[in-house]
Amino acid sequence: MEDPHSGQTLIEARGLSRRYGPLTAVSDLNLSLRQGEILGLLGPNGAGKSTTLKMLAGCLAPSTGEIRINGVSLRENPKAAKRQLGYLPEQPPLYPELSVNEYLHFCAGLHGIARANRASAVAQAKNACALNEVAQRNIGNLSKGYQQRVGLAQAILHRPPVVILDEPTIGLDPIQIREIRALIAELGKSHSVILSSHILPEIQAVCGRVMILNGGRMVYNEPVAHESHFTSVAVQLRRPPAASALENLAGVARVEPLAGGRLRLHCADRADPREAIAEAASRQDWGLLELHAERKTLEDIFVELTAGLAEERREAA
Amino acid sequence: MKNVWVIARNELRRIFVSPLAWSVLAVVQLILGFVFINLLIDYARNAELGGQFSGVAEYIGGALYGFATIILLLVMPLMTMRLFSEERRSGSLTLLLSAPTSLIEIVLGKFLGLVGFMLALIVLLAAMPLSLLPGTGLDLGRIAAGLLGLFLMMLAFGAAGLFVSSLTREPTLAAVVGFGLLLLVWLIQIVSYQDIPFAEVFGYLSLIGHYDDLSRGLFDTSDVAYYLLFTAFFLWLTVQRLDLERN
Repeated sequence: MEDPHSGQTLIEARGLSRRYGPLTAVSDLNLSLRQGEILGLLGPNGAGKSTTLKMLAGCLAPSTGEIRINGVSLRENPKAAKRQLGYLPEQPPLYPELSVNEYLHFCAGLHGIARANRASAVAQAKNACALNEVAQRNIGNLSKGYQQRVGLAQAILHRPPVVILDEPTIGLDPIQIREIRALIAELGKSHSVILSSHILPEIQAVCGRVMILNGGRMVYNEPVAHESHFTSVAVQLRRPPAASALENLAGVARVEPLAGGRLRLHCADRADPREAIAEAASRQDWGLLELHAERKTLEDIFVELTAGLAEERREAA
Repeated sequence: MKNVWVIARNELRRIFVSPLAWSVLAVVQLILGFVFINLLIDYARNAELGGQFSGVAEYIGGALYGFATIILLLVMPLMTMRLFSEERRSGSLTLLLSAPTSLIEIVLGKFLGLVGFMLALIVLLAAMPLSLLPGTGLDLGRIAAGLLGLFLMMLAFGAAGLFVSSLTREPTLAAVVGFGLLLLVWLIQIVSYQDIPFAEVFGYLSLIGHYDDLSRGLFDTSDVAYYLLFTAFFLWLTVQRLDLERN
């Protein structure tokens, strides 16, 4: 499936590996991010998500491999490459003794924003992250949610083409999570975003593409299909007919009984039999209680890939 | 180079919003003020003392600044301990590492911020003898040489402390090791009194030996060069240490 926003490639990583002594945290990872794309990085704990993001942000040198940010090599020309980046690490890099305003002004200077433009850049970032109320307060006295937002404001302050966010919603309450998610979706329109998380619905909600890491390797890299197709339908009927009657319906290939009197109807080659089932149920008085498509969620894919590999490794050991 | 100023300004602001800096300034001033008054009373009571010294500047300035070196030795590790270790512990070091700045700029910026604090200390140290100016003549050159010596020594202390702070994530550990390191380099002087080969080399390496000349008003380029080289060496080590961490 081709991404509708396909533009220029902003991050290009080839053959990325990182070893800590004998431990290989990331091995042979290839990653690319196009303009206007939101890429979700998923993986169980210790899969190498944070290490990958640290390398992309230039905080950690890869053991092997090459990273190009907007065509500029991070190794050969780190300053020019980092100018294109905004990075929010797992732990927001804040100075608790400074006020939000002081901190953001410092960040603006650090990212080379000209003195005349700093105030407007800071004001914009504060607006985007809803920080105006707390602008004068010391960062150390703010709640975790606000601190996270200050970290986010820091990452987008200089309007970088690429924004890297490491677990941006960790430690937030559900309302804050929704706000941050909305903010990220908003960011995705004008920036390219890489986001790591282990909250699956979050990735599904905001990301255009998802990459799953396990044991330092990429095991999945596909666009997120928001309206994914399905291959089976779950049905519950108060007065179920013989299986053959259901199998005769248009688009139904096979009937499989499930626990609790429910039935799984396997669809015939991409057909959608739901309408036919509902109509037949009402016409023949089967007493339709439940009818829904069984979509393969990201969670299913995630569990399948990571659990499978974990077993494989256990067997190999 | 602009980044150095941005980082230095921020560092100086952070030093002065922390109660530590103000407490250190207050304690140093209190102790030195006590010593200063004491010296003053001594000098006033024993007028004949004046004959043994060439003037008030030598008697009071020399003794005061000599005492100040010991206080600074105790205090500078406290000021440098947080510079990198706390940033590493709180994760804010990432902000500097992911920003478009080089490691050299980060280290120089932090150090320059610290130098701002040192200048505040120097002003306080200068104020005490200079308060005598309305009442008596002072050998200002001598006071200036003493202050220059103290400043250079603080640069050396600061650079060594900065390096130690880059080694760990525990500020207290950085303070203890920093203090140990400074005391060791200070005491190397003792070795030079022993009858061993290269005794003179040890004497030359000691931090304190080079201050003596300056405190006597003797400006020797080699003493200044010693402190500046010492400072540059530890700043270079800090850059190397941070580079190692990235790899």
